[in-house]
Amino acid sequence: MATKTKDILFKPVFDNNPIALQILGICSALAVTSSLKVSMVMAIALTLVTAFSSMFVSMIRHHIPSSIRIIVQMTIIASLVIVVDQILKAVAYDISKQLSVFVGLIITNCIVMGRAEAYAMKNPPVASFLDGIGNGLGYSLLLVVLAFVRELFGSGKLFGFEILSLQSAGGWYVPNGLLLLPPSAFFLIGLFIWALRTWKKSQVEAPDYKIAPNTPKEEVA
Amino acid sequence: MASNDSTSKTIIVALALCIVCSVFVSAAAVMLRPAQQANKDLDRKTNILAAAGLLQQDVSVEKQFENVTTRAVDLTTGKFTDAVDVASYDQRKASKEASRSKDLTEEEDLAKIGRRADYALVYIIEGASGIDKVILPIKGYGLWSTLYGFVALESDLNTVAGLGFYEHAETPGLGGEVDNPLWKAKWVGKKTYDENNHAALTVIKGSVDNSRPESVHQVDGLSGATLTSRGVDNLIKFWMGENGFASFLANLRAGEA
Repeated sequence: MATKTKDILFKPVFDNNPIALQILGICSALAVTSSLKVSMVMAIALTLVTAFSSMFVSMIRHHIPSSIRIIVQMTIIASLVIVVDQILKAVAYDISKQLSVFVGLIITNCIVMGRAEAYAMKNPPVASFLDGIGNGLGYSLLLVVLAFVRELFGSGKLFGFEILSLQSAGGWYVPNGLLLLPPSAFFLIGLFIWALRTWKKSQVEAPDYKIAPNTPKEEVA
Repeated sequence: MASNDSTSKTIIVALALCIVCSVFVSAAAVMLRPAQQANKDLDRKTNILAAAGLLQQDVSVEKQFENVTTRAVDLTTGKFTDAVDVASYDQRKASKEASRSKDLTEEEDLAKIGRRADYALVYIIEGASGIDKVILPIKGYGLWSTLYGFVALESDLNTVAGLGFYEHAETPGLGGEVDNPLWKAKWVGKKTYDENNHAALTVIKGSVDNSRPESVHQVDGLSGATLTSRGVDNLIKFWMGENGFASFLANLRAGEA
């Protein structure tokens, strides 16, 4: 049992990472990772929402009519997200302003729905809760890695504290503005996936199409 | 499992879930509202002081704001007015409603804001001898977004004490440099009006030549952000001009506001 718990909790971090392997939740990973503090809050919010929504869905899974199960899941997720948003506005106003619409968009984050539908509908509440935490951790890991790179090289800071002295303030470092723009997260996620799949070969997918060798000249003519 | 899919069970589950969720959400919203309201107020006050460059780190914002009086100004007459309640008046909302704002013609609309609210809230810091500083709200279109900010004037109602924006979506690193403290510091001490009482403050392209007499009205443009700089230039001209605060400042200087 102990190993099973560990599996549920930590498998999603490297072996079955929701962003790197399942390629879910990319949009928020692009949008909120330009600073470490904001990403941490987003990661915590998403982890809690995934864990609790999975738990609640699992608790009532024997009573959910299959015709409205998606709506039931959405209602539970949406309620939790609104509460998280309200709490952030009350206790961390600055961060909630920066996250703006993205807290609300946790509702549409495929990770949350995906776990509710794929795992919580078939498993008991405690396991579902842990599964939610695990997937949240997988998401958090990637967010924190992205934010670390983007904030350090994009604005020379970590958690808002200056690490590399900026040229505009008399230092030596010229920040790479590209890293503050959302597309840079795409490149970084790509590199992360590459690194992960080099380490864990089992994640490499068989190519759907084989690129054909060059067409011989006579056939073209 | 079959009974789960019956119509009555479906309706009961849906209703029960809705009730539980709505109670949960409403309870959270009601309980957290006071804290949220307090945060919003604090945020607004911090913005006003920070944008005007007057925010001190080690003193609480509430305490710093004690010296600040909020007044409403009728921008048409340039005088103080009690027509709106300063605690609840929302200038941004008012500028979208036809009955409470002025439609600007193309020539008038330097800042590209479309409509201008009839009333504006200004913040006055009283010193030992009357007005010490006046903080005026400004806004205008840059390259991608509307920039919202404040400009603070010294007691002569001409010298800039500080300028800053609290909301914009200009390109980070280029137009976003409007937030750079080094650039904002360049505004301090510049004169808003020339001898003929014309709004002369302007953002120029390149660096200001300090040896020239007109340099007191000029601020360096941001490199790599020509359109944002032009937007800031336009919005300063607009808000310091006839459709902005010019008549109010003139009245205030004459002691007739």
